[in-house]
Amino acid sequence: MTQITAAMVREHGLSDAEYARILELMGREPTFVELGIFSVMWSEHCSYKSTRAHLKKLPTKAPWVIQGPGENAGVIDIGDGDAAIFKMESHNHPSFIEPYQGAATGVGGIMRDVFTMGARPIAMMNALRFGEPDHPKTRHLVSGVVSGIGGYGNCMGVPTVGGEVNFHKSYNGNILVNAMCVGLARQDKIFLSAAKGAGNPVVYVGSKTGRDGIHGATMASAEFDDASEEKRPTVQVGDPFTEKLLLEACLELMATDAIIAIQDMGAAGLTSSSAEMGDKGGSGIELDLDKVPQREANMTAYEMMLSESQERMLAVLKPGREAQAEAIFKKWELDFAVIGITTNTNRLVIKHKGKVEADMPITALSDAAPIYERPYTERKPLAGEPAYDKNKPVLASLKTILASPDMASRRWVWEQYDHTVMADTVQVPGGDAAVVRVHGSKKALAITTDVTPRYCRPDPFEGGKQAVAEAWRNLTAVGALPLAVTDNLNYGNPQKPEIMWEIVAGIDGIGAACRALDFPVIGGNCSLYNETNGEGILPTPAIGGVGLMQDVTKMATVAFKRAGDVVILIGETKGHLGQSIYLREIEGREEGAAPKVDLAVEKKNGDFVRKLIEAGRVDTVHDVSDGGLLVAVAEMAMPRGIGASIGLAGLPEAIPFWFGEDQARYVIAAPLAQADKIVAEAQAAGITVAELGKTGGDTIILDDKDSVKIAALKDGFENWFPNYMSGEEIPVTN
Amino acid sequence: MKSAVIVFPASNCDRDAKVALEQMTGKTPAMVWHQDSELPEVDLVVLPGGFSYGDYLRCGAMASQSAVMKSVKAHADKGGMVLGICNGFQVLTESHLLPGALMRNAALKFVCRPVGLEIEETQSAFTRKYENGQRVTFPVAHGEGSYFADEETLNRLEGENRVAFRYAKGENPNGSARNIAGILSEKRNVLGLMPHPERVVDEVLGGTDGRNLFHSLIETLS
Repeated sequence: MTQITAAMVREHGLSDAEYARILELMGREPTFVELGIFSVMWSEHCSYKSTRAHLKKLPTKAPWVIQGPGENAGVIDIGDGDAAIFKMESHNHPSFIEPYQGAATGVGGIMRDVFTMGARPIAMMNALRFGEPDHPKTRHLVSGVVSGIGGYGNCMGVPTVGGEVNFHKSYNGNILVNAMCVGLARQDKIFLSAAKGAGNPVVYVGSKTGRDGIHGATMASAEFDDASEEKRPTVQVGDPFTEKLLLEACLELMATDAIIAIQDMGAAGLTSSSAEMGDKGGSGIELDLDKVPQREANMTAYEMMLSESQERMLAVLKPGREAQAEAIFKKWELDFAVIGITTNTNRLVIKHKGKVEADMPITALSDAAPIYERPYTERKPLAGEPAYDKNKPVLASLKTILASPDMASRRWVWEQYDHTVMADTVQVPGGDAAVVRVHGSKKALAITTDVTPRYCRPDPFEGGKQAVAEAWRNLTAVGALPLAVTDNLNYGNPQKPEIMWEIVAGIDGIGAACRALDFPVIGGNCSLYNETNGEGILPTPAIGGVGLMQDVTKMATVAFKRAGDVVILIGETKGHLGQSIYLREIEGREEGAAPKVDLAVEKKNGDFVRKLIEAGRVDTVHDVSDGGLLVAVAEMAMPRGIGASIGLAGLPEAIPFWFGEDQARYVIAAPLAQADKIVAEAQAAGITVAELGKTGGDTIILDDKDSVKIAALKDGFENWFPNYMSGEEIPVTN
Repeated sequence: MKSAVIVFPASNCDRDAKVALEQMTGKTPAMVWHQDSELPEVDLVVLPGGFSYGDYLRCGAMASQSAVMKSVKAHADKGGMVLGICNGFQVLTESHLLPGALMRNAALKFVCRPVGLEIEETQSAFTRKYENGQRVTFPVAHGEGSYFADEETLNRLEGENRVAFRYAKGENPNGSARNIAGILSEKRNVLGLMPHPERVVDEVLGGTDGRNLFHSLIETLS
């Protein structure tokens, strides 16, 4: 037997204290296979050891929550016996090393998390962060990630309906690729991962196991350095064709009643799927690795247990149903093998070539995994209103902002995603939230992903709140009732007290907003150690929100639709320029306090707007977020080339009024007959409201003086991305 | 009108085709698995969009060799209607039921967007309910949709009025020769097109320009 040395322990990413704990739990020195299993199961990626204590504080319950965190994905009740199942997950490290395959397998992994629960995936979203546009790697990474997401999702035939893309220098050496999948199931056909009962067959289905991705979970739990690209061989390779077959075969098997439990083999592959299923079911699992379908010759037990080969599932069947299941997988030309059995020993036993390679208590991998209350050092949130040049011309600044990397149209990205397959996409990318009809009904789900990382560094707590509030606002703006979120918490190294504080404060902020907005967290993922050579990313707690619309024909969109509509601003404008897009793009500074979200006002304003949409009184709504009010109005004007004549209302200074990023605001455009009533009702309800002007013409006119052609705005807005990606000089627009 | 939709492994617009046929004809099409060598008795066979067999080889090349395609060819030879959409069009060229080939998009990227089309030929079972020269909008969603054929073939297609759909001026999303978006077979009973008519039959999805393709078939076949 291999002697375990201190060097081996370190190479497995385990600390001395952790190894001492392993010796205690095992009562003997672990075998090499057992050490590998501990290494992945106790990795940050699988065990959430730095965050678990804090994640517990998040609100996870509501009458409509069917399944909260802890399963492969969360489940909510959307009425009529239907359930929406969703989750978001990161694939940051692999995507930086190998952008196409990293992003593709990220998409594949999150889809498996959703269909393993019995849902048919109906929509994909993604939240992407790249380094500065002029960093030498950025183009290559954008191009690879976008084609990887498209390559996988398009082949699966699941529409990719939206997401977000940011550029910032803090991601130069560590991009973020977060993918979200939303699926639909009947509430009485939801499958969980608890392998209850002894003597039941454990079956392996899908692709064969190869040597790819070994130790991926451990890699995802370490910082990067300049040598990280040498880790390219540990990135898995995706095969969407096999995944599509696996999806159809699993759904076909799920239509029978043969399954006791099922779980996908994601990070840490066979190890985590078997350990988690045994743990949740309170059973033991015994595997015979000789039966595992293998792609390569002479694989060791260690390699098979740690492989992250894609497109594989582990299921526990009712005894005697093996033949029925096998026939389904054979029809879909997929591998099927009975590789083990559940036991009542509570132990994970791995046999290979007649030898017991591992025999360990399952609780040692789950409950006994370390949990750290890591120390953190509070930093005072940045405060203060930054100075700005009052004489800068407003419309020239608008033009610059609309053609800036973070604000320009993402059409170049989403046109590479099939966003209309499945023939249920009612609102395509480019609006506040994507809207996907519940097949065969009038209902629809609204979906969004949001976070504003530039708010989260100066004020992690307010930044966490804002991410949730913006997701809630985006769902509201299309007319949906926000129901629940999945969070994807991307941070730096938790062993640094200042980073740990960003994590703790971020989670507290998310919790506060979710509680106030009745918007529980039903699942998620943490990605820590997002650092390269000691430089952490901006804290990026991405929020994926899902809302429900009862009647999809009432949906609102951002586009101005008629001339003569009254443009109304809901919510108070104080002119907050701290950490704004304006300050960064026009003044060249990232300074000041992040905007604060008043959650009570947020809820009141949003509920008011949603009711207008639900009643069919308003069909044109846009939330005010990045870039502020004037950017919001421009985004409403550009889709159909319908302009507006608007003026200052409530603030004497133009720049903070038009570009301030105060929260809880919406712009709506309503026909004259409605407008007066809406304003009166808002005032009666104590909501700050102002008429800005009227729609019409092909220009945006400010205070009856300055004007800009919408076509000129659109030019910069639409062309930045394609010009950038084609490597052409980026034109200066003002 | 009775119809069948062929399901290859990793077809992914098979359900969309089925739903559109149900909505337009009031009848549920037969869903035929690629390994079935016999087709049910139908008037119309639809080869749907998707990534048959993963399209790791030339798109449609594997599907053209599958068991069911022998029956589809026999159906076409007898004058039965065949409609190939997107991947289905690729399968039709790979099966030589239609001439030419679909190559990688000129921009080398997958493209999904609504495109303007012109109805070039209304003398067909698939397009008779449209007006000649009518402008319609169908979405495209493909990575390999650049129609290519040699000059002689292109001349012949045009000479025989077999170009049913053309991308409107400035709308060609993939570099197709002579802006060709959809073509008819010599006997005019097989249509292949890259844009997706089945995604524009429902008002809620932002357009109904695809309906007349189905109305044309219904009028012809019933």
